[in-house]
Amino acid sequence: MPKELWKGNEAIAEAAVRAGLEAYFGYPITPQTEILEYLSRRLPELGRAFVQAESELGAINMVYGAACAGVRVMSSSSSPGVSLMMEGLSYIAGTEIPAVLVNVMRGGPGLGNIAPAQADYNQAVRGGGHGDYPRIVLAPASVQEAIDLMALSFDLAEKYRMITMMILDGSVGQMMEPAEMPAMQEVHRKNFEWATNGAMNRERRILSSIYLNPLDEEQTNLRLLRRWQEVQNNEVRYKEYFLDDAEIIVIGFGTAGRVALSAVREARALGIKVGLFRPITVSPFPFEALSQLTGQARAFLVTEMNMGQMLDDVLLAVRGRVPVEFYGRPGGVVPFHDEILDEIQRIHTAPIASPLGTTVHTNPRESWLTRMTQRA
Amino acid sequence: MTTPNLVYERPEAFTEMPTHYCPGCTHGVAHRLVAEVLEEMKIIDRTIGVAPVGCAVFAYNYFDTDFVEAPHGRAPAMATGIKRVLPDRVVFTYQGDGDLASIGMGEIVHAAARGENITVIFINNANFGMTGGQMAPTTLPGMKTTSSPNGRDVETQGYPIKVSEMLSTLEGVGYCVRRSLHDPKNIRLAKKAIRTAFETQVRGLGFSMVELLSTCPTNWGITPVNSLKFVEEHMVPAYPLGDYKISDAIKQIKI
Amino acid sequence: MQKEIIIAGFGGQGVLFGGQVLAYAAMDTGKDVTWIPSYGPEMRGGTANCTVVIADHEIGSPLVKNPPLAIALNLPSFDKYEETLAPGGTLIVNQSMVDRPAKRSDIHAIFVPCNEIAEEIGDKKLMNMVAMGALLSALPEVTLKDVEKALEGHLPARHKHLLPKNYEALKRGFESAQKEWDKVPA
Repeated sequence: MPKELWKGNEAIAEAAVRAGLEAYFGYPITPQTEILEYLSRRLPELGRAFVQAESELGAINMVYGAACAGVRVMSSSSSPGVSLMMEGLSYIAGTEIPAVLVNVMRGGPGLGNIAPAQADYNQAVRGGGHGDYPRIVLAPASVQEAIDLMALSFDLAEKYRMITMMILDGSVGQMMEPAEMPAMQEVHRKNFEWATNGAMNRERRILSSIYLNPLDEEQTNLRLLRRWQEVQNNEVRYKEYFLDDAEIIVIGFGTAGRVALSAVREARALGIKVGLFRPITVSPFPFEALSQLTGQARAFLVTEMNMGQMLDDVLLAVRGRVPVEFYGRPGGVVPFHDEILDEIQRIHTAPIASPLGTTVHTNPRESWLTRMTQRA
Repeated sequence: MTTPNLVYERPEAFTEMPTHYCPGCTHGVAHRLVAEVLEEMKIIDRTIGVAPVGCAVFAYNYFDTDFVEAPHGRAPAMATGIKRVLPDRVVFTYQGDGDLASIGMGEIVHAAARGENITVIFINNANFGMTGGQMAPTTLPGMKTTSSPNGRDVETQGYPIKVSEMLSTLEGVGYCVRRSLHDPKNIRLAKKAIRTAFETQVRGLGFSMVELLSTCPTNWGITPVNSLKFVEEHMVPAYPLGDYKISDAIKQIKI
Repeated sequence: MQKEIIIAGFGGQGVLFGGQVLAYAAMDTGKDVTWIPSYGPEMRGGTANCTVVIADHEIGSPLVKNPPLAIALNLPSFDKYEETLAPGGTLIVNQSMVDRPAKRSDIHAIFVPCNEIAEEIGDKKLMNMVAMGALLSALPEVTLKDVEKALEGHLPARHKHLLPKNYEALKRGFESAQKEWDKVPA
């Protein structure tokens, strides 16, 4: 299929339709509203379900209901709306059914603003809802990647009976890029052995997240964890750029990752041996791949559009073997590549590892804050 | 196995599980009426129930149909999700007054406004039963609960919400009535209303709800018999029984 | 090769569409391209801008701090992007909407009376296409022909009758800019 110029939000909507999306429930919120608007036209014309819910609470619980029925269903929202959905996500996780949620993130906390941000990383990756549950989180950096990950989201959600969230910042949602749409998949209901779709001469089924006996709930938690181990073993995805001989490794996801790519290219042109590692699955996080890179790296630079959330995962992967530096622009600010280039040059020219190989450990978030304060 | 002398048996739509409801509570009566209707309409195997959070949280244990268990107040949203992707199935929620009229007010109003083709069984017993008898939006003025120990003071705690009256103003509602479970005559009328509500759904005639005035002897702190009297003497005057909305198409239904 | 272009003006001046046409032209000639609008409160009634990045490799940042190329369709945009333009860069200025010369001497400010040219063609809404034509005089990677084809290929059917005038606007803008370039000392 030839490439077309697609706006991120609309591309996500169409990619979901082509992946067999049967039902969408959502509520308007900038900067993701185009997903809702697109599907309000597209789904009814295909005879599929679309409801503009009364709130994000309503929307996620409609998703919950349709997911119990065993169909491909999704919602989308932006940060404040996703906070409202956390109750439903926890229930969906506890019920062990597949559902897909797209969060086109904006600046926060609170009402914040509508500019692109990555401040919901922890909410997405660490949980957000109550209880102990894993979830898959995908972080596209381009329109094409968002399209490709949309279909994957449904496949993963169904394979592991788990929530798959796609987190992207507002700029990917609003951006247009040439992209290729996959062919239309036919809707076929998979007749899951757990779906509550009307007994019709079989044993009746119950779907719930209630386990009053703590021992049963404990077993459920352990079952979720075992399934998560499978996800960790099979589903880690990331992209590497210029890593072969890289001594400084920049790590960024989504837009922060692609902005870093521009900085890395320019630094390379200046003769600096720098590469980029861009996680695509931020949950499961590519701990092992990053851990291996500590063998070749002199320093890591984590760059995010927040105050350093993925930073903690990188620190877990690195476990003190290599100094980690951080550069972030929180609050809805998209960094320019020049800023990241400056950071790369700073690390390049002022070695932060001592000659004896004992690394000097500064708190990367604190030293970043100091630099930000000095700059202001 | 039916015998000529049989006057009472477990409805086919019930499982063998004994209910956990308190002695004298009318949840059991309401459950049975729903079960009888599902059986009579021969829709057990295509019905999906949505349980609430509240005393009826375990409703899924008692009905022999597919069932899901909703977050507190969200049953109408879940039912919407199910019904929209399975329009040929019968979907009902069973909700108490804390679930439906307090935390879930948004969901119920909008499901009704959209005319979702679902059936809602609404149990109004004027308090939060499961958590031990706190004030609900339906608690009567002056009524003592564990969170209105001096009696509901309307000056600071507001007035009861009359859900049937309120929902009946919405165009999307096809059938909206209030019945009571305090005596056999009213129970028979309640069953007929529940039947009509499900008939409304299978005919695609819009949102249907039956509000049932119910007892809560344990939390009210009175005997089952006095609870029934309380319903008759105090709740019925505050929540008048009647047909709040029956669309013309539904009036034609003959049962 | 990578070129970044910012197109800025008032909402309603066709800023976003102008950028999209450029993006289509770049895409149709096999290049990677990003188009990103400013979105937010300033969308309403204030200035609108979009950034287009054209490259022959995977594009990193879709935004740029110091663009080598920009179009300023009004005075606020002129003020803003004259400041941030990269040294040696080219700023296409809609002369019809500004009342001052350029302050910087290390950039090329190419003044084109976009409104007047559009009105001469008979449709003042074509002002953005006049500016796009002028931009192409500083963007050899995309030709007039490429943009014409992009318009033909992507303009909604109901607007197809407007194609000849769009082509004329592009050409007039290009020629007008060309004349300005001729004045620049070698």
